[in-house]
Amino acid sequence: MARQWRAGAAGIAILGLTLTACGGAKVGEDSAGGSDSSGKCGTFNLAVNPWVGYEANAAVIAYVAEHDLGCKVTQKDLKEEIAWQGFGTGEVDAVVENWGHDDLKKKYITDQKTAVEAGTTGNKGLIGWYVPPWLAKAHPDITDWNNLDKYAAEFKTSESGGKGQLLDGDPSFVTNDEALVKNLKLDYKVVYAGSETALIQAFRKAEKDKEWVIGYFYEPQWFMSEVPLVKVKLPEYKDGCDADAEKVNCDYPVYDLDKIVSAKFAKSGSPAYDLVKNFNWTNDDQNVVAKYIAVDKMAPEAAAKKWVEANRAKVEAWIK
Amino acid sequence: MTVAVEKPEKTGIAEPPAAPVKETRRISRSMVIGAILVVWLVLFAVLRGKQTLTLAAADLTDLHRWINDLNDSIGANRNSNPLFLYFFNEIRLVIDSLVTFVQELISQPTGDRPVPQIGWLGIVGIAGYVSWAVGNWRVALLAVAGFTFLGLQGLWQESMDTLALTLSAVLVALLFAIPLGVWAGLSDRVNRIITPLLDFMQTMPTFVYLAPLTLFFLIGGASATIATVIYAAPPTIRITAHAIRNVSKTTVEAADSLGATRRQSLLKVLLPMSKRTVVMGVNQTIMAALAMVTIAALIDAPGLGKTVVQALQSLDVGTAFNAGLAIVVMAIVLDRVTTAASTREEAARNSKNRFLAWRRPLLGAGAAIAAVLVYLSHTYLWAAEFPGEGSTGSAIARGADTVTTWAQDNLSGLTNAFRDAITNGLLNPFQTLLTDSPWWLVGAVLIALAVVLGGWRAGITTAVCVGLLVGTGLWSDGMTTLASTLVATVLVMVLGIVFGVWMGRSTLVDRLIRPTLDAAQVMPPFVYLVPFLALFGATRFTAIVAAIVYGAPVAMKIIADGIRAVPETTVEAATSAGCNTWQIITKVQLPMARSALTLATNQGLIYVLSMVVVGGLVGAGALGYDVVAGFSQGQLYGKGLAAGLAIVLLGVMFDRITQAAARRAGA
Repeated sequence: MARQWRAGAAGIAILGLTLTACGGAKVGEDSAGGSDSSGKCGTFNLAVNPWVGYEANAAVIAYVAEHDLGCKVTQKDLKEEIAWQGFGTGEVDAVVENWGHDDLKKKYITDQKTAVEAGTTGNKGLIGWYVPPWLAKAHPDITDWNNLDKYAAEFKTSESGGKGQLLDGDPSFVTNDEALVKNLKLDYKVVYAGSETALIQAFRKAEKDKEWVIGYFYEPQWFMSEVPLVKVKLPEYKDGCDADAEKVNCDYPVYDLDKIVSAKFAKSGSPAYDLVKNFNWTNDDQNVVAKYIAVDKMAPEAAAKKWVEANRAKVEAWIK
Repeated sequence: MTVAVEKPEKTGIAEPPAAPVKETRRISRSMVIGAILVVWLVLFAVLRGKQTLTLAAADLTDLHRWINDLNDSIGANRNSNPLFLYFFNEIRLVIDSLVTFVQELISQPTGDRPVPQIGWLGIVGIAGYVSWAVGNWRVALLAVAGFTFLGLQGLWQESMDTLALTLSAVLVALLFAIPLGVWAGLSDRVNRIITPLLDFMQTMPTFVYLAPLTLFFLIGGASATIATVIYAAPPTIRITAHAIRNVSKTTVEAADSLGATRRQSLLKVLLPMSKRTVVMGVNQTIMAALAMVTIAALIDAPGLGKTVVQALQSLDVGTAFNAGLAIVVMAIVLDRVTTAASTREEAARNSKNRFLAWRRPLLGAGAAIAAVLVYLSHTYLWAAEFPGEGSTGSAIARGADTVTTWAQDNLSGLTNAFRDAITNGLLNPFQTLLTDSPWWLVGAVLIALAVVLGGWRAGITTAVCVGLLVGTGLWSDGMTTLASTLVATVLVMVLGIVFGVWMGRSTLVDRLIRPTLDAAQVMPPFVYLVPFLALFGATRFTAIVAAIVYGAPVAMKIIADGIRAVPETTVEAATSAGCNTWQIITKVQLPMARSALTLATNQGLIYVLSMVVVGGLVGAGALGYDVVAGFSQGQLYGKGLAAGLAIVLLGVMFDRITQAAARRAGA
């Protein structure tokens, strides 16, 4: 037994020596590289909601906060509800693209007072019914809701029970579509696709194979740069026409997308708060960064870097 | 096991007291089922569309609103409630420190170190060494190859994040599950109390409790770990209890008669004798924990799940598949190692390996080598960070993209025809029957079928479930989901029988197919949803296909085992009697594997039900969509929770019916 032990130990010793002899760079030898500009910013907890447009906002803000303000940015991938919940528990400092969400505003800003608004992002959010571009070209009158019934039979599917199918449903967004179909007396049935992925895939295939699809969608959205969907005109939105959810008979309002921060963060005096508050860009700006991420498959930081370097003047205005 | 006392059914037909009682009863049972269905159809024709309890997608009931208010008030009182201050926060602290510790060890940089304490070389070394020590050299090789592959995919850090989270969750789960399982194994009462709880933990969709969990335990490692524990602990509890129960009575009595105390008989007899089965439970817990990876990513749990979820925001199937494959590789390695561990002692005893005498010194030597590797990976950069750019990963991603695009371009005509045939021929009529009948009629039919198939006890359970289902306010959605679920289960069983028989009859086929089945079970559904959507559109049928991919492997494995368990001699006797292959399968092997078939139906159905939520993401609507919407929109939270409850109720109902039927088939 003892002999085997000795042999084993010797073998390991030799193996160990050979391996260490090859050496190489040691951990921690070249640690000088890191950011040394740890200014007064500290840690900045940025929620990242799961869609590419949001990711574009977050990536640019995070890049500027890190490189110009010397913050330590922690990005947290969270669904909206959970991100807002994080304001109260101190785990989230900012949400940087909010679509309406009056219910959350009431709960966290008015009632619990854990969050405050931090102005608009400059992006305009449109929600509505869209058709693929080939369809709008082939039948230009389809983009008016009055003519939809004429085409209802074409939109029939295995799911729609004999009526035209109106494909709905990213479950994250409020939809009035069932009420709209009823109140506009359209011969359509709302079918819940259930995810943004399902909607995009349906539109992508419809454009490629010239299929009839009409569905709920929104912009700004990276997919628009791949397939520029055409919006269908619904009866014009007027203030209060969507007040009673049962009786809605008008288009969706244009959302001014805005930013929400935690009450604590707003009072902290952190330069990151000023950055979030001043952050403002156009739909085109966001679409560029979103395209870098979604279509060109760049990492969010790389996409942000590219945009920031090309648009230094805009960035300076946020951090001056 | 408490087996319900079987009573002759009150079938309305007088039972002849003659010898072939069983035969008569079976015929009359199928006649009763037929009669129930005929009555249902007749009443459906008369009462169609009345009292169907439909509820529009945006509508709520009082119950849903009440749950919303409850949720809000919990959130509002979070910072002042002593329960939070002294109970939940303490739990969170403990679990958080555990997770952070493991992460800093293998996946995340600590303090000044830009890399974790142990680098890739050390992990690969440890993985190989541990696999060899608890299993055999073959799984050790597999572990080394598998872990190296993760690095080549360019996903080393993500994989280690996932591993860290999985290890922490499994550790916490086992800490509770094994003692609870032992307790449930020793006491019938505990077992009875705990079983519905376990059903609840396994069938309640995670989406429902994800948001409240982050309210209780905050965003971060603790919440992700606890969510995983809730889903992953039940298999170990169940299997441990089962193992303890199955230790032969005489052995325990022998120990008792030798004067062993309760404690001694537990530690020296029961636990050692059930060790092998308990390890299988641990195996199931690990698999379940890996299944939670993508869901935990929605509350910021780091790892492979995040890669999958992010890739899918831009419908990047290739990248998602690469990360999904990493999960599969990790699952297969962990599965094979734990399986080898559970059979090691037996295998070692049988093999009469001449290296057996060397085992101890070799173990020592291996430990030393592993220690050297760990040291190297702690000290040198080349051993700490996985070298290379992960070009294998991008090649895999490109390959997956090519295959997906090809399939989408070339198959969609075919798949659409198939979808329409199934939807119009099977799903639509069945769904109409379920949703357009008055609720009390469907309820009565369900209860009657439960009584006929499973006995009175199953009937009572079903009655309770039907009542509660009505109470959730989501009866109509429940019936829509039920229709898809049953159609999916039928297809699962068809596939299960075809492939199960094939695998059961040929070891070669089994060996070839099994890795694919394992992959189908652990590949996150999110990965294959995109191509499925392209092939079948956003429809209920897509949801059914996804459920089949997840549910069929289980059915196939169970049926294959059942077929293999048919005694060799019986098959030989039938062959020599001149039966051809078809006759052997239909007249001998399948009837003799009847209990396996029932078990496969049971498990297939439960697996299909666990995909309801995923189905909601691709066009199934109904309960699945309610749950997803509840997770995404505050005002629908209560409805989502109610939908989750409805899924649990459907699961419990069918589990009890099929189990009771299985006991009958076995009796």
